Amino acid sequence: MTAVLWQMVQVVLVVALAPLVTGWVRWVKARLNGRRGASPWQPYRDFYRLLQKEAVVAHSASWVFRAAPYITFASVWLAACIIPTFTTNIFLAPAADLIALVALLAIGRFWTALAGMDVGTAFGGLGASREMMIASLAEPAMLMVSFSLSLVSGTTQPAQIVAFVLTGEIGIEVSLGLALAALFMVAIAENGRIPIDNPATHLELTMVHEAMVLEYSGRHLAMVEAAQMVRLTLFMALIACLFAPWGMAMPGAGPVGVTVGMLAFLAKMFILATALAWFETAIAKMRVFRYADFLGGALLLGLLATIFLYVSEAV
Amino acid sequence: MLIASALLSLPLLSLFVIAFGRWGRAHSVAYAGCFVAAVSLFSGGLEHLGGVWGAPSLVLPIGLPWLKAHFRIDNLSALFLLVVNFSAAVASAFAIGYSAHLPERRRVTPFYPLFLFGMNTVLVADDAFVFLVAWEFMSLASWLMVLADHQKAENRRAAGIYLIMAVFGTFCLLPALGLMAGPGGDYTFAAMRLRDMGGVVGFLVVLLTVLGTGSKAGLMPLHVWLPLAHPAAPSHVSALMSGVMTKVALYGLIRVLFDLHGEVGWQWGAALMVVGGVTAVMGVLYAVMQDDLKTLLAYSTVENVGVVVIGLGLALAFKADGENLLAALALVAGLYHIVNHSVFKTLLFLGAGAVISATGRRSISALGGLLNRMPWTGAAFLVAAASASALPPLNGFVSEWLILQTLFKGPGLPHWAMKFGVPVVGALLALAAALAATCFVRAYGVAFLGRPRSDAAREAGDVSFGMRMSLVVLAVACVVLGVIPVTVTDALSHVVQPLTGVSFAVSADLGWPWLSPVSSHRGSYSGTLLVMVGLALFGVVVVLVHRFGTEALRRSDAWDCGHREDIPQTQYTGPSFSQPLRRVFGGTVFRARESVQMPPPGDDSPARHSVSMIDPVWDGLYARLGLAVEWVADQVNRLQFLTVRGYLLMMFCTLVFMLLVVAMRQQS
Amino acid sequence: MAQQFSYDLAHLIGATVLMAGMGLLYQRRLFAVLNTFAFQAVALAAAAAWQAHVQHAPHLYATAAIALIFKAIAVPLALHWLVERLGIHRTVETALSIGWTMIVGVALVALSIMLVLPVTAKAAALTRESLSIAMSVVLLGMLMMITRRNAVTQVVGFMALENGLILAAVSAKGMPLVVEISIAFSVLVAMTVFGIFFFRIRERFDTLDLNYLETYRGDRQ
Repeated sequence: MTAVLWQMVQVVLVVALAPLVTGWVRWVKARLNGRRGASPWQPYRDFYRLLQKEAVVAHSASWVFRAAPYITFASVWLAACIIPTFTTNIFLAPAADLIALVALLAIGRFWTALAGMDVGTAFGGLGASREMMIASLAEPAMLMVSFSLSLVSGTTQPAQIVAFVLTGEIGIEVSLGLALAALFMVAIAENGRIPIDNPATHLELTMVHEAMVLEYSGRHLAMVEAAQMVRLTLFMALIACLFAPWGMAMPGAGPVGVTVGMLAFLAKMFILATALAWFETAIAKMRVFRYADFLGGALLLGLLATIFLYVSEAV
Repeated sequence: MLIASALLSLPLLSLFVIAFGRWGRAHSVAYAGCFVAAVSLFSGGLEHLGGVWGAPSLVLPIGLPWLKAHFRIDNLSALFLLVVNFSAAVASAFAIGYSAHLPERRRVTPFYPLFLFGMNTVLVADDAFVFLVAWEFMSLASWLMVLADHQKAENRRAAGIYLIMAVFGTFCLLPALGLMAGPGGDYTFAAMRLRDMGGVVGFLVVLLTVLGTGSKAGLMPLHVWLPLAHPAAPSHVSALMSGVMTKVALYGLIRVLFDLHGEVGWQWGAALMVVGGVTAVMGVLYAVMQDDLKTLLAYSTVENVGVVVIGLGLALAFKADGENLLAALALVAGLYHIVNHSVFKTLLFLGAGAVISATGRRSISALGGLLNRMPWTGAAFLVAAASASALPPLNGFVSEWLILQTLFKGPGLPHWAMKFGVPVVGALLALAAALAATCFVRAYGVAFLGRPRSDAAREAGDVSFGMRMSLVVLAVACVVLGVIPVTVTDALSHVVQPLTGVSFAVSADLGWPWLSPVSSHRGSYSGTLLVMVGLALFGVVVVLVHRFGTEALRRSDAWDCGHREDIPQTQYTGPSFSQPLRRVFGGTVFRARESVQMPPPGDDSPARHSVSMIDPVWDGLYARLGLAVEWVADQVNRLQFLTVRGYLLMMFCTLVFMLLVVAMRQQS
Repeated sequence: MAQQFSYDLAHLIGATVLMAGMGLLYQRRLFAVLNTFAFQAVALAAAAAWQAHVQHAPHLYATAAIALIFKAIAVPLALHWLVERLGIHRTVETALSIGWTMIVGVALVALSIMLVLPVTAKAAALTRESLSIAMSVVLLGMLMMITRRNAVTQVVGFMALENGLILAAVSAKGMPLVVEISIAFSVLVAMTVFGIFFFRIRERFDTLDLNYLETYRGDRQ
């Protein structure tokens, strides 16, 4: 019964926290750039403002264009509900493992790319084709990460991986380091952050995600942006859950344990968001056709992570 | 009884069409008859799959005078009867409306029942003779339908290559079955099961079976005929060739490797996995580059066959090492993918048929905006596209999930080759799945979304009610097979039980809606639950947004960053969508080269951007093979112009050689 | 527990050296290659120092110091200076595309693990593992020399190869002459660097003969 309760908490938590995480990243970046920056709470206000504006839809658009923002948001939200954040004792934890999680994220991408092509403009097609190229390498890389994690821990279930890591049977594994690096690269690509894509740009030739959602306005745009924010939060939570699960409440933990888990989760998100802002400030964007090397590198790192397991396994 | 009478009715239907083909209604009647026959065969299969254990068999005194024909339906046959006849029934129903507008229908309809007859008889055959005859029925009937539109040169070429590859396949299967029958010549499957094939014979049997069935299923590099022949036939036939005939070929592979042949080494499993992985990735890479909608779908079939073969190879490897539970799981995963692919590929091809009959165009770059004009076809095609892209909660995802889950157990095998090979195959499989999503976003986005690029697309309307309903039935099947995976896997575990010797339930640990292979600790998935929660979240979002926001909506021209381009030619087309992937993969795989010809200053002719690509398999293997054959033929041709003395010398040499053989045999 | 920890850390540092080797293959700009190489040398120094600490072998500190001072600082700086001074083209010229080089690189790592693990089944875990990593680093260095055209990248590839050898030497317990080996290699590297210097000059002017410079003055008609 507590599992259902904590599940409810998490459903609300991820959505409520996501704009703050994004706002915080933007604020820190602005500070690092020497600007004052909008307050971290600004995304909430943006969201409300967008909801009040009328939605403009092109004549040529079909129902796919109108449904895509909701489907994308719902699928990303669903994915975010499955990753253990502050406790592993959540009802939906067994409903999807890492592989299914990758596929759930693919739903959002599929619909966003279709929506980009639906209006029939050159930019939409450009964004969709680039996004799918990135995904075609990032998705396998993430599956290789789950492969190596499943070899280390014997499971693909995030909650079980947390349990395994917390027992402390595991030392400093090179494989885990490699898998972490690969997951970072994938997370950058999937969220359209620098150096793959710039979330702040509307410069025509460098856009990827923004090019796909160029035609959106009003409540549709609000959903698209919210999905993007939840996705960022989701990847941070995933990295925190798989590689730094310390403090997370296990099944059977009392209110104290859960509170500790919640505080630990918030602290982890704070650290990761700040680190992301610092990283994005320090690095320059890549040329489009360097993506393949970057993401191919992530895929190969994932592969190396599995191969390296045999070295340490044979001890 | 039901099955036998339904089977017998099919050749009669064919005779009926030959007799009354001039009369337009006869075609509809024939397809309706095929529909009824397929439905009865389907229900027959269902009865045998769910019903009593054991397999009813039948011996008929037909064939050569001293041979009898053996038939038998076990669980595996019953499963494939379901797969074949579900698609066949829907395709027949679709064809009632579809074939009315086909100009060449008198060259299609008579062979269609024969094609169904051949495929079904392969499944119930219990001896090598019936199996091979039925196999040839299937090949020839489909070949005739590929040739139906023989006015076009490319169709004649496709049919020619198809015939060569079909003959090659039979030439491999014939000795394979012959070797299994052994010197005693007992050609029944029951006798083959008992025979112990060791060493060289066993090796040859597996090799020839893989070549023979692989050429029909479309394994690389034997796939070349498939993307030529499947699109050449009318769409309802393409649907069956791609969705079902490849499955019959895989049935042959499973029947021999898991049932008739006792012991297959793990090396074969590894080899199949590598071949499957390469087939999957290469197939989908080809598919991403295609502009013809049906060729694209045919290449996607090649990809999915590769995915199934990965599962089968894994099952073989596990079985050889005595890991029967995992072998059963891998086999279930492979069979599940067979079921799924037959459903969504049939839907995709029938959808393509609907598009072709509405617009007359096959090139996706000539279409666009069809979803607004053909809402039913568009929606059904979208379901199939999402399923082929392995998106949850649809069926394509569940089987890929199962295959990946089993693959993750692969490194547990004791061989170093497997330990290092399995992650690579895993990466190939993941790459194939991700590229498939790209492929279908591209196909759907260019053909069904955006603005129409031609008059034909602008004036298209949705197809007739019967055709639409066929599509809807398949789309519903895609959803159902994905949302209640546990029910399907439980049925499949009955099928694999006799093949692997273990009976297990994929849902054993957590109960009904949870799919948890191996154990719940290891990894689980519940499509049912995800759909329920996902729908709830979707509803909450929609309600909240409309509650707290405005519902105002305004239609206007596209903004396009302020560009106002009114001509639809500014949209992305198929080739432009695949440009990033062509840059990433095409340079090495297809040797893709792009060039731009700019007119000189002052000249107002348009600049041209052209892409050149080669087909590595065709140019690298088959073209060279063709040259070699030609060279050999030239050499042999000289033998026709020898002197009498020369011919006598040849005969004499042959005679001496034969005598030597006899002498050698007596020595040993 | 302490044993396990020292083992894990050595493993980790070794893997860092290896990753830097992969990083060398990934880079497209010459200065980035030099920086990555410097990073690899630092990781190597750390590996040597850690082994010195674990094995209680003070002479390995000398190896660490040589790696740090000579390879992580002096050589990259010298090469940096050379590249700027001679105006060498600053992008890496590849004979095989970067993606393929990395795929081959991963295959080489798998190969060396596959080779070393069964052969050394009875050796101490630490040795065995370091050997497979060191062998991968050596192979990656060779790969770099083969697939990169530029003279500077070839020198870097050679030094990366040598880093692999030293990594193997420091991790094997009781390996004699480790310090001497590293000094000898360093001298060799220095010679190679000078070699390039002269090679480049010759390539530029085709000869070291100053007479040829006169043509530029326009004296000889």
